[in-house]
Amino acid sequence: MTEGDATRPSDHMDAPAPAPQSKVQQPRLNLAGYARFFWRQLTSMRTALFLLLLLAVAAIPGSLVPQITSDPNGVIAYRTNYPDTAAVLDFFQVFNTYTSVWFSSIYLLLFISLIGCVLPRTKHHFDALRASPPKTPARLSRLQGFTTRTTEADVDTTIASARRLLRSQRYRTELYGDSVSAERGYLRETGNLVFHAALVGVLVTVGIGGGFGYTGQRVVVEGYAFSNSLASYDSFNPGRFFTDEALDPYTVALDSFEPVYEQNNRQAIGQAIDFTANVTTTVRGEEPQQSQIKVNEPLSLSGTNLYLLGNGYAPVLTVRDADEKVIWSQPTPCLPFDANLGSTCVIKIPDGLDQQIGMLGFLYPTTGTLSSGALASVYPDLISPVLTLEVYEGDLGLDNGQGSNAYALNTDSLEQVAGRTSEAETLRLTPGDRLELPNDLGSVELTSIPRFVSLDVHHDPSQLPVLLFSVLLFAGLITSLFVPRRRMWVSARTDASGTTTIEYAALARGDDPNLEAAVTDFAEKHSQQLGVRVDS
Amino acid sequence: MTETFVSYSLIAVYSAMAIYTLAFVMFAVDLARRSAESSDASAARATGLASASAQQASVMVNGSSVGGTDTLTTAGASESKIVAHSPKSLKLAMAMTVLAWVLHVGAVIFRGVAANRVPWANMFEFTLTATALIVGVFLIVQFWQDLRFLGSFITGFVLIALGVGTSSFYVDVVPLPPALQSAWLVIHVFVASLSTGFFALAASLSIVQLMQARREAGKALKLRFLDTLPAADRLETLAYRLTVVGFVMWTFTLIAGAVWAERAWGRYWGWDTKEVWTFIIWTLYAGYIHARATRGWRGSRSAWLAIVGFLAIVFNFTVVNLFFKGLHAYSGL
Repeated sequence: MTEGDATRPSDHMDAPAPAPQSKVQQPRLNLAGYARFFWRQLTSMRTALFLLLLLAVAAIPGSLVPQITSDPNGVIAYRTNYPDTAAVLDFFQVFNTYTSVWFSSIYLLLFISLIGCVLPRTKHHFDALRASPPKTPARLSRLQGFTTRTTEADVDTTIASARRLLRSQRYRTELYGDSVSAERGYLRETGNLVFHAALVGVLVTVGIGGGFGYTGQRVVVEGYAFSNSLASYDSFNPGRFFTDEALDPYTVALDSFEPVYEQNNRQAIGQAIDFTANVTTTVRGEEPQQSQIKVNEPLSLSGTNLYLLGNGYAPVLTVRDADEKVIWSQPTPCLPFDANLGSTCVIKIPDGLDQQIGMLGFLYPTTGTLSSGALASVYPDLISPVLTLEVYEGDLGLDNGQGSNAYALNTDSLEQVAGRTSEAETLRLTPGDRLELPNDLGSVELTSIPRFVSLDVHHDPSQLPVLLFSVLLFAGLITSLFVPRRRMWVSARTDASGTTTIEYAALARGDDPNLEAAVTDFAEKHSQQLGVRVDS
Repeated sequence: MTETFVSYSLIAVYSAMAIYTLAFVMFAVDLARRSAESSDASAARATGLASASAQQASVMVNGSSVGGTDTLTTAGASESKIVAHSPKSLKLAMAMTVLAWVLHVGAVIFRGVAANRVPWANMFEFTLTATALIVGVFLIVQFWQDLRFLGSFITGFVLIALGVGTSSFYVDVVPLPPALQSAWLVIHVFVASLSTGFFALAASLSIVQLMQARREAGKALKLRFLDTLPAADRLETLAYRLTVVGFVMWTFTLIAGAVWAERAWGRYWGWDTKEVWTFIIWTLYAGYIHARATRGWRGSRSAWLAIVGFLAIVFNFTVVNLFFKGLHAYSGL
């Protein structure tokens, strides 16, 4: 144990200080030599620290620029607003920062460095666990907490009792001549290794376990149901190793959705207080069951979790042609654009009428009038709803085989026949109202306004292992930071007069705030025990 | 009833701020006193009278190797000697801090009673509670170590935070949105705020450490009061011990946040802006802990890391909350 070691925390292995070497002395490196050199560099603490700090810096851009995974609409808006910057960002994969090549390289290198550091340390620690504590240093007086006591007992008794006491304090002990050497706190390094291994565990489970999972989104209107199958999802993100068999075909029907809005607190009228989705679930081969899904209380259903992530209104419009024949009658989920659930609705009717028609609607659940005369929703509940409709006719652009956004109306090849820029006025409906469509196309009726919820269905087999690894990680962290690893030595010497002088000293391995106190306490206890023994 | 308690809370916090201001002034007076005393001491040494002057004590501390309680007692002794001379300004400053803190905690409790829930559900309330925790940690740590010399840093920081909080972040009491209705609100946010208390104290220690290191390196720093403070080594050890406590709590915050995110948002980790910054802060402090074990990084370099870490926390709390788009949109503004 050199002086240099003592001043540094023991719980790391660092490359030895570079020996002063002149250039001439450096051996030529062959391939294996280079590989070894590179490996040493990578697994050195300095490199690990550099990679760690680089990782922190590399994570920043992902918080400044919208990410495809967490904010897809933000990315779309960004691409539209700043096409040139977006091209550059695309090149550097910034919209996918956390799966980008450069971010991945940093954390993979970091983890390789970590593994390269942890493996030899594990072996080192394993050896240390079986080795005896080191020889007692010649001069204890140079060590920390050095203190002496005297006793009438002889050396052997003194050392034997010191050893017993050290053992009872869970020290590992070894006798060296007239001294006992002891070490404790091996748990510190164990915790440290567990912490780092658990980090690797988290990464691996996220990487592999996440690949078997999937997430699906689905909008469900009151009175309707959906089944857990690929075709019925509005959007679906499978993991890398996902297969169709992973979907257990259950059905979920939304019986009702009950929101509660604040009515008394004048500062927060209309603020949502509670959302409850009452559902009936049917798992194959079982009786239907009634359950609830709330925010913060997802529903567990055959290996998946169902989360309530959004809600709104889905007015049912009934469209009849000029001959009174019903050609359309179904709910249309409308996208809320403000906290009072003012929403935009897009209805596309490609077949059944003389012309394809598209309708662009605004729904106001509780209708109020702004000073400008425009309508606005003033409360999110359905108190005095109004649906306004602008009607377009022409080509909806649905027939070219390309997918189109159901929540947007492309008016490029459409002509407005009712609305602000046409002769006929915007249609204005309250529930039960029925109005004629322009140009004798037929009629439209606002039949009812049910609510919808948007549900996320997640299956993530990595969840539990990641949690377990996180708990291990946390336990390892606490032990590695707060269990003191220390060595203590007790040595005894009897002088001519028969008085035995006992020397106590210790050495901290890693941060150890209570080291000195521990030595003093031990010396007190030990000399007391000896005293008692001598008296008796 | 709610309004009554809200106004009690505001009266309490404004009174607390007034008294914090007085405490801040007294802490500053104390630093001035330390400077004056240190000059006296050096003058005395010049005439060869003061063998146990602060300057020499701290040099001795430097010399006495590895750290640990040995160093601790030496430093403590040298300090208490000086304190014993004229502790009036310091005692007064501490008494005022305690009084202000009691009012501050009262403000937190009144706010909680008014809202009928934990008082940390929007930015104003975070500010109110987190600053109370910072001062709380500062006061409680005194039982372990005499860190009263950080008083001007802490009261100054808390005053600025409360000033901005009450003037720019204030919102009325509103009910909790469904996403926040969870036991995790109590645990996750509280532990996060508490860890800020430890990080704040550690960061101020690191600042003093940097100043002290400059002085010890012989760079001309006119701040004489540094003579009366522990040596840079000692400050580093103290900062480290506070930081690791904060780091453990921050790790817990991260894990608890992930568990809650799974319940509320359907995934335990999604690189939401706030998650990203919590991760960045965690990584910075992990770097700090490793830096202390890396050749060439102990001392001032790791101190800078601790300061950058704390700046990231302040950034996460202000800029990220207010200007970054994300799911943690609970500022109430």
